[in-house]
Amino acid sequence: MKTIKSLHARHHELSDTHHQLEVLNSEIFTRHYLPTFREKLKTSGLLPLKPTGIEVFQMNVGYMCNQTCKHCHVDAGPDRTEVMTKETMKQCLEVIINHTIKSVDITGGAPEMNPDFRWFIEELRKEYSGEIIVRCNLTIILANGKYLDLPDFYKKHNIRVVSSLPFYNADKTDRQRGEGVFAKSIEALKMLNKAGFGKQDTGLILDLVYNPSGAFLPAEQSLLEADFKRELKDHFDIEFNNLLSITNLPISRFLDYLIETDNYEDYMEELVLAYNPKAAEGVMCRNTISVDHAGNLYDCDFNQMLKLQIESKAGTHISEFDLESLNERNIVINQHCFGCTAGAGSGCQGTTT
Amino acid sequence: MQKTYYDPADLKKFGDIAEYGQDLADKFFNWYNDVFKDGALSSREKCLIALAVSHAIQCPYCIDAYTSDSIKRGASEEQMMEAVHVAGAIRGGASLVHGVQMMNKAKKMLM
Repeated sequence: MKTIKSLHARHHELSDTHHQLEVLNSEIFTRHYLPTFREKLKTSGLLPLKPTGIEVFQMNVGYMCNQTCKHCHVDAGPDRTEVMTKETMKQCLEVIINHTIKSVDITGGAPEMNPDFRWFIEELRKEYSGEIIVRCNLTIILANGKYLDLPDFYKKHNIRVVSSLPFYNADKTDRQRGEGVFAKSIEALKMLNKAGFGKQDTGLILDLVYNPSGAFLPAEQSLLEADFKRELKDHFDIEFNNLLSITNLPISRFLDYLIETDNYEDYMEELVLAYNPKAAEGVMCRNTISVDHAGNLYDCDFNQMLKLQIESKAGTHISEFDLESLNERNIVINQHCFGCTAGAGSGCQGTTT
Repeated sequence: MQKTYYDPADLKKFGDIAEYGQDLADKFFNWYNDVFKDGALSSREKCLIALAVSHAIQCPYCIDAYTSDSIKRGASEEQMMEAVHVAGAIRGGASLVHGVQMMNKAKKMLM
C-alpha cells in the first residue's frame, strides 16, 4: 500500500497548530464580510457555549495508524509514535467507572495499534456495561496476522464498530484513503459481517462513516445511507447498520488539501453561509470530553488536534477530572467550529439535527 | 467595466438581479427553489437534469453551480458525464434530424 508522510514527519508549516489557527483567522473573514464563529453563536444566543453534561468519553489512544488518509484531521500515520500509556488508560478507567458515562468512544490513529488496546477494553468491560465504540479503519484487521481475530474480540466485548468508508467504490475511496484501501476495507467488512456485525437480530452494531472526498459538504445522510446500503449489498453482499455523515473540518491535512487545491476560501465561505442555529445547539462538544494520548482534556477531538485545551478551573489533565468544574466550563471555540454547524450539522455520531 | 463577459464571482451575485426588479426576482427565485425540491423526481435527479441542460445551453455559471450541487447530492462522476452525453446526444441529434429536411429539399430539386 502506497503511503504518504504525515505533516508532522514532513515538518510542514501546518503541523504547527499556531499556524493553522492563523490560517483559520486570516483576512478572508474581513475580505468576504463573513461573521466569525463567535459572532454567529452570539446571534444564536449560545455564547458562551456551555456543556449540557458529559455523556461521551472520547479517548484518542494514539496517532499511530497504518494509513495516511489525505483528509485526516489527526495527521495520523505510520510515522506517528504518540500512544497512550497504560498508566493514562488506568486514569481514564477510574474516571469512567466513577461517573455516569453513556458511551466510551475509542479513536486514534488506528486505536488497535496501541499495545495496551486489548488490555484496556478487557478491563473496561469488566466494570462498565455502557456503549463502547471503537473507530476501526477496517484495513488494520488485515494489516498483520495479529489483528485477524479483531472481529471476534469486538464481538466478545460487545463493541460498536464505527468504520470509515468514504464511498462505495474503489476510485473515490482510494483517492482519499490510499491505494488498495477499498479492496481491503471490503474484505474486512465481510469478516465483520461474518462475525455478526451489521447483521439483523445479532445486536452487534457496525456503522459506517461517510465524509466527502473533496471540498464540499456532505449530502443528506438518509439519502447517502440508502445508496451505500443498496450498492454494498448488490455488489459485495455487505450489510451495515447506520451511515454517519461527517463534514470535513478545515484543519490539519484537510486544511492542507484545501489550500493546495485553492479551495480554502470557497470552502470556508460555504461553511459559514451554511451555519445552522439548530446544529449549533446540538454540537457534540456540549456532551463530550476528549482525552489525548498524554491524558490532556479537550472539548472535542478537533480542539485536541489544534491543541486548544479545555478551560476547566480544576485542571486540564485526566488526573484532575472534576465533573462539576467541567460542567461549568466555557467551551473553547474557533473558526473551524463552522464545520460542525453547517447544514444538517456534523459530529462524531453523524448529523446533529 | 470588466474586460471579460464571464466572471466566476458573478455567480454568487445572482440574487442581485432583484436590485433592478424586486417583484419579478422574488417570483423567479421562489419558483426556482420549489423546482429543485424533492418531488416525483429526487433533488439529485433534478440536479443531473440541470447539469445536462447547462451543457446544452452552454452556461458557464450553470455548469459550475450544477457540478457542485450534483456532487453535494452524492452523484458520481460517471453519472455527471452520462448527463453531459445526454445533452450532447440531443444537441447532435437535433442537428442531424434536420438532415431529413435537407434530403427532402434536395430530392425535390434534383432529378
